[in-house]
This record gives sequence, C-alpha cells and structure tokens, in this order.
Amino acid sequence: MTITLHMAWRNLWRHKRRTWLTVGAMIFSNLILIFSISLQFGSYRMMIDNSLKSYTGHMQIQRAGYNEEPKMRSSIEAIIPLADTVRTQLGLDSVAARGVAFAMTSSEQRSYGLQIIGVEPDFEPKVSTLPGLVTRGRYFDDSDAEEIVIGAVLARNLRVDVGDELTLLGSGYDGSFAAGIVRVVGIFESGIADIDRNMAQMPIGYFQTLFGLGDRGHNIVINAPDVLQLAPVQQSVREVLRGYDGLVVLDWEQLQPGLKQAIQADFTSAWFMYGVLIILVAFSVLNTQLMSVLERTREFGVMMALGVKPTRLGGLVITETAVMSALGLTIGAVLGIVMTAYLSQAGFSYPGMEDMAERFNLPERMYPSLSIASIMIGPSVVFLFSLLASIYPAVRLYFLQPIAAMRAV
Amino acid sequence: MSRLPLRALFMLAWRNLWRNHRRTLIMLAAITVGVWAMIFMTALMRGMVDDMLLNGIRSLPGEVQIHDVFYRDDPSINNSMPPPGDALLQALRIPEVKAWTSRVRVPAVISSERDSRGVILLGVEPESETQVSFDLDNIREGRFLESASDRGIVIGAKLADRLETELGKRVVVMSQDPDNDIADRGFRIVGIYKAKLASLEEMYIYGGRETIQQMLKLGDRISEIAITGDDYRNVDRWYSTIEQAAGDAVKALPWYEADTYLGSMLAVMDGFVLVWIIVVFLALSFGLVNTLVMAVFERVREIGLMQALGMRPSSILYQILIESLLLLLIGLLLGNVIAVVTIIPLRDGIDISVVAEGMEMMGTSSMLYPALKVNDMIMANLIVIVLGLLTSILPSWRAATYDPIEALNKT
Repeated sequence: MTITLHMAWRNLWRHKRRTWLTVGAMIFSNLILIFSISLQFGSYRMMIDNSLKSYTGHMQIQRAGYNEEPKMRSSIEAIIPLADTVRTQLGLDSVAARGVAFAMTSSEQRSYGLQIIGVEPDFEPKVSTLPGLVTRGRYFDDSDAEEIVIGAVLARNLRVDVGDELTLLGSGYDGSFAAGIVRVVGIFESGIADIDRNMAQMPIGYFQTLFGLGDRGHNIVINAPDVLQLAPVQQSVREVLRGYDGLVVLDWEQLQPGLKQAIQADFTSAWFMYGVLIILVAFSVLNTQLMSVLERTREFGVMMALGVKPTRLGGLVITETAVMSALGLTIGAVLGIVMTAYLSQAGFSYPGMEDMAERFNLPERMYPSLSIASIMIGPSVVFLFSLLASIYPAVRLYFLQPIAAMRAV
Repeated sequence: MSRLPLRALFMLAWRNLWRNHRRTLIMLAAITVGVWAMIFMTALMRGMVDDMLLNGIRSLPGEVQIHDVFYRDDPSINNSMPPPGDALLQALRIPEVKAWTSRVRVPAVISSERDSRGVILLGVEPESETQVSFDLDNIREGRFLESASDRGIVIGAKLADRLETELGKRVVVMSQDPDNDIADRGFRIVGIYKAKLASLEEMYIYGGRETIQQMLKLGDRISEIAITGDDYRNVDRWYSTIEQAAGDAVKALPWYEADTYLGSMLAVMDGFVLVWIIVVFLALSFGLVNTLVMAVFERVREIGLMQALGMRPSSILYQILIESLLLLLIGLLLGNVIAVVTIIPLRDGIDISVVAEGMEMMGTSSMLYPALKVNDMIMANLIVIVLGLLTSILPSWRAATYDPIEALNKT
C-alpha cells in the first residue's frame, strides 16, 4: 500500500501544472461550497430564530383546527390553570398563555384594525423578546390592568405616546360588541416592520374581560431551552395534554409553514447550483485522470508485463485521484474556513439586500455560521464525486493488453 | 516567413481538436453542462422575479401611483387628495398609459356575525379597476362591482372562510372618517374572489368608490391614482410626464420606489445572475485551461518543428486560440440548444405548490414560469466566449514562445 501511495504521489507531480489546475478547480468549488453552505446555515438559523423568538415561539398548544382557522371561538378553556400545569409538569418557566382578538383601535386622531394579543405579564417575557424591546414606558405588571403596549410604527401611525388612551372596538366571544378604553404604557421596537406596525399586547386578565372570554384563551406558547430539545419537550407536552380533549401541540414548522418552505425552496435551488459546480469539477477530474492513463499506456503495459495486476494499477489511479482530492479538500477547507471565519466575525452586506433581508427577518449584515457540517458537507461531496469520476479511467486498465499497450505510441 | 491563411489555421485547429477526441468530448460535455446550467437557472430565477414583480405591482397600486405628499408616511384617510385636475387628465391620455384608475384606500375592520378582521378597504371604479389591477377571472362566486355607486362589497375567498360568511350575507365594515369618528356601514357580499397570493385575499376588500366616499364622508376626495403602462421595465419613459402634470401638492412614484423590496429585487437578481454565470464559468475555466495546457504539452515537439519550418509564433498563438474558440463555440451551441429544449416543456409552469407558503413569503405564486430572456442568453454566451478566450491566452502564449531548438529536443 505504501508503495502505491508513493507511486501515486510521484505520478501526480510528473505533470505539476495539470495536477495543480485540477486541484485548483477543487479548491475553488470547495471554497464556494463552504462559504455558501455556511451562509445558508447562518441565514436559516437567523430566519428561524428571529421569526420565532419575537412572537411565535418554538411550539404552541392550541385547540385542534385553530392553526388553520384562527377563530375567536376555537379557544382553550381555563387556559391559565392549564399553562400552570404545563409549567410544573415540564419544570420550565418558558410557558405562557395568550389570547388573540381583532379590534378597531382608535386614538384621538387615527383608527386602525389590529390584532390584539392578551398575555400573561409574568411569563410572556420568558417566551418572547418583545417585552424586552420596550424602548419607551414599561411592560405590564398587573394581569387585570387596563393597559396596552404597542409597536413603534403603530404608535407613530396612531399619533400616540406613552400615557395616551386608545379606544378598542371589536367583537367579543359571543359575537357581541366589545368596547374598552386602555392606556398606552409601553412602546416596543423590534425592528421587524410587520410586528412594529401591527402588534398590540394587553394583560390577559383584562383581555378576557374585554372580549367576554371568561377564563378562555387561544394558545399557550412553549419555548424549549434549546432548539435541539424541541422533540423531547414536545413529547412531554403531549403527555400533559392527554387528559384534555381536542387540544394539540404544534411545533414551529406547523405554525409557520412558510418559514420552513422558504428554507426548503432556497435549499433546493442552492443544491441545484452546488450540483452543477460539483459535476463540473468531476468532469475536470475525469479529463485529467483519463489523460494521465492514456499517456501512460506504454508504461502500464510494461508494468503489467512485469506482473503487476490490473487491480493494482486501477488502485493506483484511484489512489492518485484520492491524493489529489485530499489536497483539494484540505487546501479548500483551510481557505474556506479562513475566509468564512473572517466574514462570520465582520459580516458582509450585499447592495440592495436590506429590503430582502427585512422581508425574511434577517439583519442587514449577513453572518455566515461556520460549523463542522457546513465545512465538511461540500468538500466531502466533491471528494466523493472526484473518486467516482476516476472509476472509468481505472476500469479501462482492465481491458489493457500488455503487448498492444507496450507498442502504443 | 509568410503568414498562414486563416482558413488553414482553422483547419489545423479543427483537426487538432479531434486528435484526442476523448478529451475534447469530456471538455465539451463540461462546457455544455455549464452553459445549460447558466441559462436554465437564470431562466428560473428570472421567471420567479417576474412573477414576484407582476404580483407585487398588481397588489401595489399600479406601475406608477399618485398620492397626497404625506400619504406614504401616514396612509390615513386624512391624507387624501382631490380627483385628478385637467393637467393630469391631459397627461394621462398619452399613448404609453394603458389604463388608470382612482381609489379610496383605507384600513378598516370587517365583521361578520362570527368574527372580525383587519383589512384594507378599497373604494374603486369597477371599469378602470379591472383594466389596472383586478382580474375578472378571479371572481369565484357572484360578480364584481358594477359601478362606482354599487352598494355591495367583494371580498376574498379566504377572508370569507375566516369570517364564516358567504355570498349574499351581510357584513359590517368599520373605518375612520376625516374627523376620526367611527364610520361604519353594512354591506351585502356580492362577489367572492380568489387571488394568486392567499395573503392578498385576506387583505383587500372592494367597494364602489362613491359608496365608500359617502360612508367615510370624503366628498369627492380619493386616496390614490394608479396608472399602468405596457411594461414595468419601461416605466421611466413616461413617468416624468405624469410627475410634472401631477403638480407639487401630490407625489407621483414609480413602483420601484413605492416598494423598495420589489425595486431592489430586480437589481439583486441582475447581480445574482451575473455572479452565478461567472462562478460557473470559473469552475469551467480550470478544465478549459487544463485541456489547452495538455494539448500544447503533448505537441511541444510538433510546435517546435512548425516553428523550425518557419511558422510565425503569432500563427501558433492563433492556432491554439482558435482551437479554444471552436471548443467554446460547440459547447455553447449544445448548451444553448439543450437549455432551450429543457425550458420549452416547462413553459406552462412548474408546480411548486409544495412550498407555496414559503414562496409566498417571497411574493411569488405556486407556479414557476421559467422566463428565457434573450439578453440573459447573450450575456451568458458573451461571458463564456470573452473570458474563455482570455483564459486561453496564457497557454497559447506559452506555446508561441517556445524556443524551437529546445522544443524539438523535448522527449
């Protein structure tokens, strides 16, 4: 084996330029792959994180069917005791009950139709980042206070500030009119336009009174301590829900299918592009190896005449490719890591990307996220395809007739 | 030392190309795959962006829109404007303007006996609205509005679901009048429409302009004028005419400024197409250079002999460049043909409804129509030819500068 390796190494450097060009193609693709895959992973993670942490959460308990048709009436009875139960059973603080309603919200000068969320003042800050993003005023401390917290853009559109009053007009649980006056106690700025423009939160106690919900609410948000623990937490929640008829626990993929699908769509098109790059590298390798086999026909003929088995010659060709690919992999990976690591610290932006980024809840600068997976996936596939490409040249050797080969020009 | 005629050079290059047909074929395959991928992928991306822009412009008020100067910051009823004056009406008659319409557009709450939702209430003129943005084929049940004073309302299918209401039922629409009093009115649902993007179905409800003006105590004031031309890429030609005629009291905006997401999308895509083409080319270029280096290497003695026989270095340079050019041209031809052949069966759209909700985040619908643009094809081909020849210069130049004596002695 060591002899084969030794020979492979020497053979490679018989044509320095050719070898480096082929290795160069591998380095180039590996560099691009590492960078784009890291960027993809980085932006997916941010998309997921940013979209979930501000409101949706990792999973929610809802009445079955609520997710498809979020109606006032498909509610959860005795929602606060249920949230308490889930909290104790899971031993997790990050569980909070919510109610959802629509209301016409009017200030002295303006009116907008809004989605109003009733929240548990003690627990909401543990499941979402919004309470922490209150830049003016404060968040709630009393569950029955007639107070409201709204987004910054909404505050501007309504022309109100902390301390002003808003009139709410909507329909309650039984279809009757629900009307109330609340005081703006806080204004938050999440940086996500949609949320800053459309979100308003109220303490759940008063919310239930206002919309005639009694002890009902619409969902319980649960955050796992870590994204990796989603499945076990969801399983335990399911066990808690066993005694409750018609309640389900949905994870973020079900709550925000758009997010998952946007990632899938992007993933598919990205892999199409990677595939093309990898195939082009494979062609390059095929070309190089085929040439190097053809030009050594005589040499191989002599070796066979000396008793070297075709298997061994094939092995030699494959070893050469493997050594070459390993070079490409190592150099490509090192350069890729250096470049991506730098960019993941410094970040980078692309002209005109801000608007797109905003649409997907991404920050204006992109930060690729470097991980073992993002470093190894691309280069390993390149490695694999390079080896596959060398099979044809290697197999040709089996059909070599030593006598004819030795006579070849 | 005479110059070889071009014909002879081509002949030499062509024959040299096929001396090692395996290598040439592999390289051709690589170029073909590369060019195919460039054009195919570009067509898909263009198709997506086109769809995104068309959907976007339709849900925006048209290619060019006119609002009160303060409306963009504060889209409320207080920032309305009078109907178009004579100067503007004159300008709207220019041939580039295909259609225009005026609307009242206000945020509102719609309530059925079951539920209520926040929506955007549009008070439209049915006849011109259907020319600018509303597609009558989208009506699933009932009818669209018949006149500006129609007393019915048209809502989206998804909204009807959400409100648990249906055609013929009554709904209450609440909004704000200019004095910030609640203005409400009961409407009968006369039509239910379906939109390409489900989110639009939930967002827009259509009423007759005069009915809405009456409900909101607006008089004859409107929120916006939407204008459409023949082509969203060529808005600039007629936009300034409209802008001048509109005057200073109102603000005219082309779509790419009205929705910067859409505007930047076009620019980002242009950039992305270029990056993609160049990346594929670079991946190809290694193989191309390699092939030429090999072709030169195995002919060193031959090249030395040719030089010794009096062939000029420039002829050798051209010969190798022509070899590369022929390789590129055949690869391009195959790549283009295969790209066109693979795109044609996809003309009727690729069903991507599996990821429909994801695509909707980007603003595209669940059918993807590849858009093969002549400009993109020309760009891809030009880049491959020009950069391909540039990268071939180095190996060709090396071949041309061999010392004949040394070259002849090479084993």
